[in-house]
Amino acid sequence: MLGLTAAQAVAAIDAGELDAQELFTRYRERAEQDRQTTWQGGLNCFTWVSQGVPHAASGPLAGVPLAVKDLFCTEGVPSQSGSRILEGYLPPYTATAVARLRDAGAPLLAKTNQDEFAMGSSTENSAFGPTLNPWDPDRTRVPGGSSGGSAAAVAAGLAPWALGTDTGGSIRQPAALCGIVGLKPTYGSVSRYGMIAFASSLDQAGPLTRDVTDAALMLKHMVGRDPCDATSLAHREPIVLPSAERLDGVRIGIPAELQRSPEGGSALASSSHRPGTGKVEPSVRRCFDEARKQAEQLGAEVKEISLPHAPHALSAYYVLAPSEASSNLARFDGVRYGLRAENATDLLDMYSRTRHDGFGPEVKRRIMLGTYALSSGYYDAYYARAQKVRTKIAEDFAAAFQAVDLIATPTTPGVAFELGEKTSDPWAMYLSDYFTVPMSLAGIPAISIPCGLSAESDGVAKAGLPVGLQLAGPAFSENRLLDWAYALEQALGFDVTASHV
Amino acid sequence: MARELSAVLDHVARIGELDLDGVPPTSHVVNVSGALRRDEPRACLPRDVALAQAPAVSEGGFLVPSPQA
Amino acid sequence: MSEPPRTHAQPPPGGSSKNDSHEAVIGLEIHVQLATATKMFCGCALSFGEPPNTHTCAVCLGLPGSLPVANAQAVHLGLVIGLALGSELAPRSIFHRKNYFYPDLPKGYQISQYDEPLCRGGQLGDVRIHRVHLEEDAAKLIHVGASGRIHGSDASIVDFNRGGTPLAEIVTEPDLRTPEQASEWLKLLRTTLRQLGVSDVNMEEGSLRCDANISLRPVGSQELGTKTELKNMNSFRFIERGIRAEIARQEHILRGGGHILQETLHYDPASDRITSLRSKEEAHDYRYFPEPDLLPVDIDQHMLAAAKAAMSELPADRAERFQRELQLSADSAQLLAFRAELGDFFEAALAAGAQPAPPPQALANWITGELVARLDEGLDPAAGRVTPEALATLVGMLAAKTVTVGAARQVLDTLLAHGGDPRAIVEAEGLAALDGGDELAAIVTAALEANADAAQRVREGNAKAIGPIVGHVMRETRGRADGTEVARLVHEQLGV
Repeated sequence: MLGLTAAQAVAAIDAGELDAQELFTRYRERAEQDRQTTWQGGLNCFTWVSQGVPHAASGPLAGVPLAVKDLFCTEGVPSQSGSRILEGYLPPYTATAVARLRDAGAPLLAKTNQDEFAMGSSTENSAFGPTLNPWDPDRTRVPGGSSGGSAAAVAAGLAPWALGTDTGGSIRQPAALCGIVGLKPTYGSVSRYGMIAFASSLDQAGPLTRDVTDAALMLKHMVGRDPCDATSLAHREPIVLPSAERLDGVRIGIPAELQRSPEGGSALASSSHRPGTGKVEPSVRRCFDEARKQAEQLGAEVKEISLPHAPHALSAYYVLAPSEASSNLARFDGVRYGLRAENATDLLDMYSRTRHDGFGPEVKRRIMLGTYALSSGYYDAYYARAQKVRTKIAEDFAAAFQAVDLIATPTTPGVAFELGEKTSDPWAMYLSDYFTVPMSLAGIPAISIPCGLSAESDGVAKAGLPVGLQLAGPAFSENRLLDWAYALEQALGFDVTASHV
Repeated sequence: MARELSAVLDHVARIGELDLDGVPPTSHVVNVSGALRRDEPRACLPRDVALAQAPAVSEGGFLVPSPQA
Repeated sequence: MSEPPRTHAQPPPGGSSKNDSHEAVIGLEIHVQLATATKMFCGCALSFGEPPNTHTCAVCLGLPGSLPVANAQAVHLGLVIGLALGSELAPRSIFHRKNYFYPDLPKGYQISQYDEPLCRGGQLGDVRIHRVHLEEDAAKLIHVGASGRIHGSDASIVDFNRGGTPLAEIVTEPDLRTPEQASEWLKLLRTTLRQLGVSDVNMEEGSLRCDANISLRPVGSQELGTKTELKNMNSFRFIERGIRAEIARQEHILRGGGHILQETLHYDPASDRITSLRSKEEAHDYRYFPEPDLLPVDIDQHMLAAAKAAMSELPADRAERFQRELQLSADSAQLLAFRAELGDFFEAALAAGAQPAPPPQALANWITGELVARLDEGLDPAAGRVTPEALATLVGMLAAKTVTVGAARQVLDTLLAHGGDPRAIVEAEGLAALDGGDELAAIVTAALEANADAAQRVREGNAKAIGPIVGHVMRETRGRADGTEVARLVHEQLGV
């Protein structure tokens, strides 16, 4: 039963072949075991596991258990956003996305680990220890981030499916590194009410699943206007489960600027943002080329396009997201909830020690960056400028979608890297999101599907690590995006259960 | 920290290279407006719930060191 | 968090607030709590003195994951204010975050408006409006003091009931020149807002708050001097006194050759002293940026129509109408229009259908003069025993000379004490004016005979000598004779 996708489990439960409570119990036991065996074979996917089994859940999701990223408020259940400053925080309400899924019949199995306040690409920034990638038998590689716990749990078969969030790539990148499906919907599709905020104009909730069908199923039950979120919107048509077998007539564009990423790190030469320079790991290049051929065999017309401002997307993102975050995280001041530094001598002391003790280094770094970019005298050069770059990127995509129906890129420049490999060089870490950030800035939907594994013949450090393919479409094109991703998924035949523990 | 920050700043400062004259800034990627709320009361949190996670409470309020002046 | 308050060098006692070479330039920043049912960004009902933290929710407590949603009624009331002030309503306005740390600010930022406010420009009376925008109120900090110290320092408790209440901030251009003018204008604003029904505008309760920006400059100069901001004055009197004290303080400094520091100041009415709150020079960088959780506010036809429909007649318009339609003097018109209850009483009296009808100006004079003088200060005449109809009848009778002025005053006193109908009172107390005619003529004749010397002096051209004769007639008639008529009869009978 643990090998079933969520959709398959729903069908089996509806057909009376599977008992939902038994399913929940099995998953719960395995999740609990993972929690107990951290650093001894466990992956550290979870920050909290349900202690009981819910009563029979009814609804279209029939009781299939759901793992939920730590930053979603779940009433009475710790919601910490991976941070010490919220350790043990119990919200008095449940996030809309989680409530909708629960009401559709998906009970809460566990909360999953993440980079602190969703800032990171490896889950190494969690205050509760990193999560490990189940594809690596040595257990020394990252699952990606910030939704690393959700991705690893699904990849390891410890949860049938999971809810994550994506701000610059935090669903898609871990999905790619963990060989599963991850979808970032059109901005505004899913209510942000109850999502502990990182960057308000970029954050979006989305599914991490074993296949595209499950992603569609979860999305279908989450979308829709929420009166509690002024930025939420309705899709004009309901989300449907995919069924396409071919890609005849589908025009796929490959942006010249997003076939390579810049050389990593601070040693970055000024030439790095010109198209065609820099690198993508050989495994990624090979798998991407193979996926492209596969798409052509299915009848797609693949051509090169240009997104001229895409090379500046990462820079703009690392102005906008930290700026919004610096403001969103101001509420963590020790007054009403969360950590308060002990024996504070005065108010200022209370504020500064609480935040000094409660925030990790990456969060502090981004708060400083954001505060700087918003400060008077620098606002025009940084924040306002970055907003203009954002406009240009959105225009680039709009122009591209006049000529093509889908845009394809590798999801990440490389496969899962080692713990500690990029932690001393922030920009090297940020480059993990090079291909995913432009879609976040434009607010358009994008999905990552697994398209292959690294091989010895690539000449890489480690074989057998997954590679992701990213497909993006215009705003509100989820149904078509899911349909075409499904067709490719079927053709690629990637085995998602290979990493199950 | 300072070294890392300044390295990041060098990278983000590259947005300064682009010619962005006359480009309107995007503050909301969602191109709609409104979403105003009807002026109808909704249930408030019971006080004990509002105070439940507070580090320090006194006389029904959140207790903090006084701001000076 | 900042230095303790400094008391500034005060001008010598008795120093005047007017200086020959400097003029004061005053602008006001007014915060008005809007009369909505719920808060600006959440559905909590507004609180009036309830126990602390009983009107809160995830949003106004700033709990993680909460999001604001703007109150449509607050936007509507903001538009009504803008229309009333003749402002330009922005077709699109946006919310901004104003970032700073303080315990009464749960999110660590206030949602306000910055460079794209709801309304720009406008005018009320002599004062131009700079802008009107919407924002949320802060929570309340209650100093607990020694009784609740934390780790040796003083403590405060935070009550979030008020946090999130919708505010309209109205900023004027620096068009005011004297403390009295500022206070009077603020009263006009208050009456206007009250008449619109957008707020309780009660300074004691805090639904109307006013800060003043004050600077001095040489008379005739067009440039502005360094300004200070004076805060926390919670009555019209204190505003006037505070501004006066600050003007005096600045003059004292300038006369001594010093410079004005740009800072935020506090006025203490008890001691009449100005103290510093914090230096505006180290002005906080609020790092304003557009609020990503809220969409722009676009004004559509429906909203505009609704705002227009909500506009009642404003004091200035009412005064103008009184002058135009009823030929009231400018002064009378303004007196009646700027105190809504007097204007209402006046119009009710006119509409009462009294016969003979009272002339509007006479009625106006009786309301703003005789009636107001007899009522407790600020009392609404409608709350007293004199009905509009009764006063209309009385003034009509006076105009028809059925009663004399003296008698009318007596009737008014009786009306105030017991209510009733003027005609009945006149009858009961025998106050009817004497008909000009034989009876009066006979009494005048008798008075002339009794005051022959005075009569002779009047014949010789000494007009003042008529006094004793008229007095005699008044005594004889117990004030029921009309003075003008008596004088006329005297002159007629004397042949002068």
